[in-house]
Amino acid sequence: MKSLGKFLIFAGQLFVRRENFSTYVTLTIDECIKVGYNSLFIVTIVSVFMGAVTTIQTAYNLVSPFIPDYVISLVVRDMTVLELAPTIMAIVYAGKVGSNIAGELGTMRITEQIDALEVMGINSTSYLVLPKIIASMLMYPMLVVLSAFLSIYGGYLTSLATGIISGHDYIYGIRYDFIEFNIAFALIKAFVFAFLVAAISAYKGYFTSGGALEVGQSSTAAVTNSCIAILLADYLLAQLLLG
Amino acid sequence: MIEINNIKKSFQGKEILKGINGTFEPGKCNLIIGSSGTGKSVLLKCIVGLFKPDEGDVLYDGRDFSHGDKEAQTEIRREIGMLFQGSALFDSKNVEQNVMFPLNVLTDMGKEEKLDRVNFCLQRVGLENVNTKMPSEISGGMKKRVGIARAIVNQPNYLFCDEPNSGLDPQTSMVIDELIDEITQEYQMTTTIVTHDMNSVIEIGQKVMYLYQGEKLWDGTNKDITHSGVKELDDFVFANRMMKEFR
Repeated sequence: MKSLGKFLIFAGQLFVRRENFSTYVTLTIDECIKVGYNSLFIVTIVSVFMGAVTTIQTAYNLVSPFIPDYVISLVVRDMTVLELAPTIMAIVYAGKVGSNIAGELGTMRITEQIDALEVMGINSTSYLVLPKIIASMLMYPMLVVLSAFLSIYGGYLTSLATGIISGHDYIYGIRYDFIEFNIAFALIKAFVFAFLVAAISAYKGYFTSGGALEVGQSSTAAVTNSCIAILLADYLLAQLLLG
Repeated sequence: MIEINNIKKSFQGKEILKGINGTFEPGKCNLIIGSSGTGKSVLLKCIVGLFKPDEGDVLYDGRDFSHGDKEAQTEIRREIGMLFQGSALFDSKNVEQNVMFPLNVLTDMGKEEKLDRVNFCLQRVGLENVNTKMPSEISGGMKKRVGIARAIVNQPNYLFCDEPNSGLDPQTSMVIDELIDEITQEYQMTTTIVTHDMNSVIEIGQKVMYLYQGEKLWDGTNKDITHSGVKELDDFVFANRMMKEFR
């Protein structure tokens, strides 16, 4: 409860004594490059292989003359859109971006860079953390859309390469009985997860004290706590919006 | 002038500062000295507002800093420059961007004006042609100079230095001390320096406060420090062999 209270006070500090708008625009663009553009490589690799493996494993489990082939890609599509792209990528995102945020802020804390901002009369919470949260909430949904596309495309390439399912059937399955709300649901999850990863990681990094060892511990705690928060939020959102 | 009245601060039940009183005068280097762990840095952080004192007041030219609201504190803080022990330069910014940072955030100056001011400050601390270097590419002494340039770029009324000589060789330490002293007199700033370096005390200690186990035991000038009559201060001042022989 003490940590939750401290976190809420920390979150409240984001919106008081702010600097001018243009400062935040510049900082947010820089952060967008760090959290979004710099994550493209890992997102691409993980997504393509995720789609490929999902296609093979779904085909392996649906070997029956009564089940049409296009069901494989239909399952891949729904799994990707509903869970794999927003949630599994959020775990990857927490590992890459969350640890980076915590490490950066933790190092700034122990080298007195945050104190330097405070002495200048700058609200360090708002100045350092708010752009990271905004950038995360802007970029992660885009990464989820890209991930979903690449994952489905990875499945398509696998089906062509292995002959598990024909290209025509794969496309048919992808388009069959499509529910638009699933995309909205994935994006809602993406917004929530992006906030959780950035806010929790920033909180862990901002309150680091000690030295290099503690910075490492903060990064680890940031990833662990972000993953737990993602899974809890995933369950709650599924129950609220799909249950 | 900065006044501190009855400053007390405890951490986890342990009293670090036990009611410190004192004044720091403009146009002078005001030194806070004492052995490690006596509360010098804690006192400095209480004065600049990085720690909130449990009791007591901090007044900047009569303006209450410790009990003022956030807005009032921010106003005073914008008149403060500070040099940190490890320089605290922003790793992701080069020298020019570091020095320009307070101007970017706190003023409406144009780009050319800011650049002129940054170059003036860098020249003032004896640094040239280092604008594009990253903090990781310059020496400890240069980092201190950049830290001083960043601290004075906004023409502060109050300058604080936390162990400005730590990690520097004696010659570079003297250069940094002289630089701080010159700047203090040039801009008539109220400069407060935390140090345990006796060379600094001898060179620039126009006003010295000695802390011992969280209490102020003595204050005076560097001329009086060798005959203070305070045993703990004598032990501190004459700690090394050379000073003992001098004594």
